Formats: sequence, structure tokens, C-alpha cells
Amino acid sequence: MSSLHGFVADTVSFSCVDGPGNRFVVFLQGCNFNCVACHNPQTIACPIDGASKARLRTIESLLTQIGQAAPFLSGITVSGGEATQQASFVGALFTAINHDAGLQRLTCFVDTNGAADERTWDDLLPVMDGAMVDLKCLDPQIHYRLTGQPNDQVLQSIRYLQRAGRLYEVRLLLVPGVNDNPALLHRTAAWLAAVDPAMRVKLIGFRCHGVRPMMPELNEASAADMQAAAAVFAGIGRFAVTVV
Amino acid sequence: MEMNEFRDLVLALVQDGALGYDQKVRRLAALATDALDYPALSPECREALDKRVICDLYEGHAPFTPRYVLPDYELALANGSKHLELDAPLVLDDALAFLQIMYTHVPSVTTYPVYLGDLDKVLARFVDGITDEQLDDKLRRFWIGLDRMLPDAFVHLDLGPTDSRITRSILRVERSLRQVVPNITLKVDPLLTPDDLLLDAVHTVFETGKPHFVNHPMMVGDHGPRYAAVSCYNSLKIGGGAHTLVRLNLAEVVLRHSGGVDAFLADTLPQYVALTSELIEARVRSLVDQQHFFETNWLATEGLISIDRFTAMFGVFGLAEAVNRLIECEGGSGRYGHDVSADQVSYRVIERVAELVAARPQPYCAGGNGTASLHSQGGIDLDQNVTAGTRIPVGEEPPLLQHIATCAPHHRLFPAGISDIVHFDETAVRNPQAVVDIIRGALESGMRDFTFNLDSNEFIRITGYLVRKRDLVDIAVSGARHASDYLAAGSEAAFHLSERAVQRVGCHELAPRLRR
Repeated sequence: MSSLHGFVADTVSFSCVDGPGNRFVVFLQGCNFNCVACHNPQTIACPIDGASKARLRTIESLLTQIGQAAPFLSGITVSGGEATQQASFVGALFTAINHDAGLQRLTCFVDTNGAADERTWDDLLPVMDGAMVDLKCLDPQIHYRLTGQPNDQVLQSIRYLQRAGRLYEVRLLLVPGVNDNPALLHRTAAWLAAVDPAMRVKLIGFRCHGVRPMMPELNEASAADMQAAAAVFAGIGRFAVTVV
Repeated sequence: MEMNEFRDLVLALVQDGALGYDQKVRRLAALATDALDYPALSPECREALDKRVICDLYEGHAPFTPRYVLPDYELALANGSKHLELDAPLVLDDALAFLQIMYTHVPSVTTYPVYLGDLDKVLARFVDGITDEQLDDKLRRFWIGLDRMLPDAFVHLDLGPTDSRITRSILRVERSLRQVVPNITLKVDPLLTPDDLLLDAVHTVFETGKPHFVNHPMMVGDHGPRYAAVSCYNSLKIGGGAHTLVRLNLAEVVLRHSGGVDAFLADTLPQYVALTSELIEARVRSLVDQQHFFETNWLATEGLISIDRFTAMFGVFGLAEAVNRLIECEGGSGRYGHDVSADQVSYRVIERVAELVAARPQPYCAGGNGTASLHSQGGIDLDQNVTAGTRIPVGEEPPLLQHIATCAPHHRLFPAGISDIVHFDETAVRNPQAVVDIIRGALESGMRDFTFNLDSNEFIRITGYLVRKRDLVDIAVSGARHASDYLAAGSEAAFHLSERAVQRVGCHELAPRLRR
């Protein structure tokens, strides 16, 4: 029964920024990355260390809540924290939605940092409609500086999900002076194009809102920074690029 | 009114530097009928009117036109018109010219048409053999004419629920011109209206603040298939309309009540509903029996409207204040929109009003099954500290899902129209499908009308009608082309609407009189 409980940091009934259409979002507690640029740092801590405000929730209680919003939704998205850290709970939630007559038309998406192994994806794929994967940086060293972790599993996940037809979108959070130099972006675009030249790519400019105080301080991305990044991606592949 | 007061008002009006010629003529006409005696009322009704517990929306002392008229344009185009000396048109250019002429001959309390037709259906038989590009060109010319010739955003047309080339062309023209006139409603049927059309309409709202979305199956259930949304949020029968709109200020009624909810529903509320109904009847009889509108107006004599399809509108507003005060009187602290027990009181109040209105026969109201039709009324620019209709007060709105859950149960009880304006931030522009999802959900949840504003929009919506922010600049000095801009400018000055985080505002239905 333990898999039917999840540590939930928060839920949002309506979101238009977490996948296609209007979505109910479940933010799970706990992340295997520790990103300096994280916008929800309170969701990073391991749920069992007691420091978080996360609540243990049952599948049933979430289904009731989703049911109230269901007529207004395209689907649900499990985000975090890192959704795949509680993969069995996510799988059970998606399975329950797929088996509920009133909810089964909803699509089930995961918003992930990609740091999960193939077995985790294999468990989720049968019940999951799509994944939005963050790629913090193609360069392993910079990735480590930004997240405290290597990126090989992230790159593997992007390829694996694409082959499985479940890669909805790749998101790049651009921090000026850290991971946005044109040569690096060019390499990133080329790498993504090799995976899928028509990939949906979202370029997100770093904003300080919600982020923990850092030394040295990170700079916010300007409109010009984002324009420059978009120009790099426009020159490669047939990406559907969104700039945020 | 004393002669000296009358002369002062007329003089101030003709010398007003900010009003245009047409606007002066319209206001002079309103002043003239206000110099006549009001239809006979009981002393209690008179007092309630004088204290603004009941409000006649300044329709004038001697109504000589119905408030809202919805001519059957399809019939007019099929038959031609003796009065207008126009043959039935055979081609699109002639049909558009016919309509443009006809619009200038449609009366209402505002002196111009509040309904331009369900244009996708009205024009459908004229577009065979015309390319999309030609259609856009012709409609674009027609559209510019509407905005320049008709005075404000209470001018309304309807589209849907099915998709059509004309509908798509109108949405394209709307996005390219970004005009205030006309306002638009899209009828939405979950089975007949494709997502693709809704997406196109949502994109158009992002650009122009139009259209509104109405619940077609619910409307058809109340009015039959020949209905339209007109002016702002008034749903009435095509070939008919509304004689008058009289509204009851529930917030004021509660101030005249001592005791709890049960006593309010049993005694005080019925008393004021009866007074409102008395005023409605007096105004309807004056229009029909004294001024003989339906015996003399060309639309009636040519069969383009029929008194059998008319009703009278019974409006309510100030529900939020009324409920909150009733709860306080019972020692509670819950607020409408935030507390289930307060919401329950709101439903009991409106259900009681609906029951009382349905039990009170009204003359010449066959269009409302012999009674007045309930309408959640948006308010006018003179209202202060009272919330429009059955809305949750501006700035107090709960999260969207709860907002809709609170408001939706009221909607089925208002066949003559109701509105709750919801607000989206700019992130919605990148995800229009999310807005489509919410529209579909809101209508499925029982909302009759779904209207949304976008934070960044150049257009701001004052209940149903729109104003462009740039039209409000320096209005006191240089005047305005659209009459509705004056109403909005008044409220902008009074309430600093555009500075609010949430730009959902009290309604300003036309108050065709001078500020006194």
C-alpha cells in the first residue's frame, strides 16, 4: 500500500504553464538535483527529513480533488520537486486516472529533470502521455555547477522518451553568463536536432523570483539575451520554439 | 421638474464642450421625456424608486420605445421592406447595404440598435461564389462603417454555434481592425462548436476583448432556438425583445430589513420584489397602451418584431453585499464567494426572487411566458459601493475554480442574462487551449455566459461593452466618438479601474441622462 501514498508539496487546480491546455498540477516533494536557479527550493528537501511542509496524500484524495476540476482540464501534470523520485506513486496515480470513467479522457504528463533510469521510464510509459524534460545544460561541467549532478542520465532520458514517442517538450532554463554562450547553445541545438529536428523546445529566461539568495548572484535574462538564444535555435532543425 | 431646473440642464447640455452633436441630441431627447409625468405608481413604489432601492435605469418618464429590440433580419432580407423602400437583396453587397440602412431605423432606449443579427446565418445565403479574400474585404468595409456610424459598444451581434466561413472572416476582420464596435457573442454548443473555432475566438479575445461565449443549449432551453445575446449580457428572443429593464438593489433591500435570512425571504424580499414588479408593469403598460409602440413602429407593422416575443426584464444587483450583511445579522462572518454557508444563502435569495418573479404575471410578456425574465444586472456608473449583479466583489474573487463553482449555480435562474467576468494573466496567450478548456468546463458547469479579460489587453471590459484604454485619455477635454467611452471615463476617474490589479469592474449599462 505504500505506493498509494505520495509526499505532495502542493497542488494547483488550474495551470496554463505546465503542458498542453489547462492542467491540474501535483508538485511532489523531494528532488535529486539541488539547482542554484530552482524556483521552488522548498520542494527540494527529502520528504522524510521533516523540514518540508509536504503532506502525505492518498491517490483517492487526489482523485477527488482532480475530479472537481476535471471538466475544465486537458489533463494533469506531476511536477516537483522531481516527479520520478516517487515514480511508483506517479504510476499508480496515472493508472488510477486511466481506470476512472470520469477522468480517463485526461492526459497524464510528467514534468521532470530527466535524472531517472530507463527502468523508471519503462514503468511509467504505459500510463503516461508525455514528458516535459528540463535540460539544464549540455555541458557536463556547467550542468554539475548548476545542479550538483551530472547530465548523462538526462541526455539518455531525452533520447529514450523521444524514441518511445513520449517526449512532449524540452525546456532550457537560460542563466546569462552561465549556460547561454552562443557556441554552447549551438551545440545544444545540434544535439537536440539529432534527437528530433521537429522537437518542441521552450527557452525560459532565468528570473530571480522564488530563487534562494546566491553568491555570486545570478543575473536575470534580458529580452535581448532570449532573442539571441532564439536566433541560434531558429538556424538549426525545424524546432517549434517558444520563448518565455 | 421645475422649468428653471429644466432650462439649466438643457443649457449645460448644449454648451458641454466634450459632447458631440449626436450625443447632445440623444441626451436632449431624454431630458424632454423626463419633463413629463411618470406613469402612476403607488406611494410605496414611488418611494422605493426615489430612494434607488428600485431603479428604472433612466429609461425616461414616458417610454416610447422598448429597451431592447431584436428585429428578425433574416425575414427582412427575405421580404425586403416597404417602409425602407428596399427590395429583397440578391447579392452580398446589396445585403450589406440593406442591413446598414436598416440598422439606422431600429429603435431602442439608446436610440440605435443593440442587436445587428446573427450575421453568420443572416448572410449565409449570399456568400456562395465569393472567395475568402473578397469576403474579408467586403466585411472589413462594412465593419468600419459599423464602428464609425453606430455610437457605442452596446451594439452587439451573434455568431455560432456552428462554424462557418463568415464567422471565420468576421474574426479575422475583428483582429485586423481592433474596433470598439460591434460587440460579439459566440454561441457555444459542446457538440456543435469545434475546438478549432473556439481557439480562433480565444485568439480574437486576446486581440480585441471579444467575443463573449454563451451556453447555447441552456439558452435554447429557455428561449427556443431563435434567441440572441444583445447589448451586454441580455439574452432575448429574436423577433422580440424587452420592453424595459427595472432593477432591484438587493444591498439596499437588506438595509431595510431587521432579522435573519428566513424573515428576509418570507417578508422583506417579497415586499420589494412586488414593488419592482409594479414598476415594471407600469412602464410596460405606458409603452404599449399609452405610446402605442407596437401599433405604430414599422418593425411591428412589417412583422419583423412581434409583441408575442417580448418580455420585461427584472434585474437584480448587489447580491454580494446583501448576503454578507444577512450573514452578519445572524452573527456569522462568512463572505460570499469564500464561505459555503454564505454561498448557500446567496442561492436561497436568488431562488426566492426567481420564484416570486415567476408567480407574478406581467402584461404583454408572452416572450417571458407571461412573466418578467430575471436578469443579473451589471450596474451603472452612478452605483457606488455595490457589486454588479450576482458577482463576487472586485478584488475579492477566489481562485478561478472556486469562483466558477460559486457563481455557476446562479446562472440557470437568469434566462435574460447574467455575467461573471474572469481574468487571465498574460501566460494564457501562449496556451489558448487552456482557455478553451476552461470555457468548455465553465459552460458544462452550468454557466450561461463566459467572459474573460486579459491583463495586458488594450481593451478593458466594463461589463459587456468595451473601451480602448487610449480612448479614455483626455476625454474631459477633447470628447469621445463612442458614447460608452464617457461612461467608462466616469468610472475610470471614480474608481481608477485601470490601476487595479484585477480589472473586472461594475457594469455601466447606459444611463441616458445628464450627470446631475
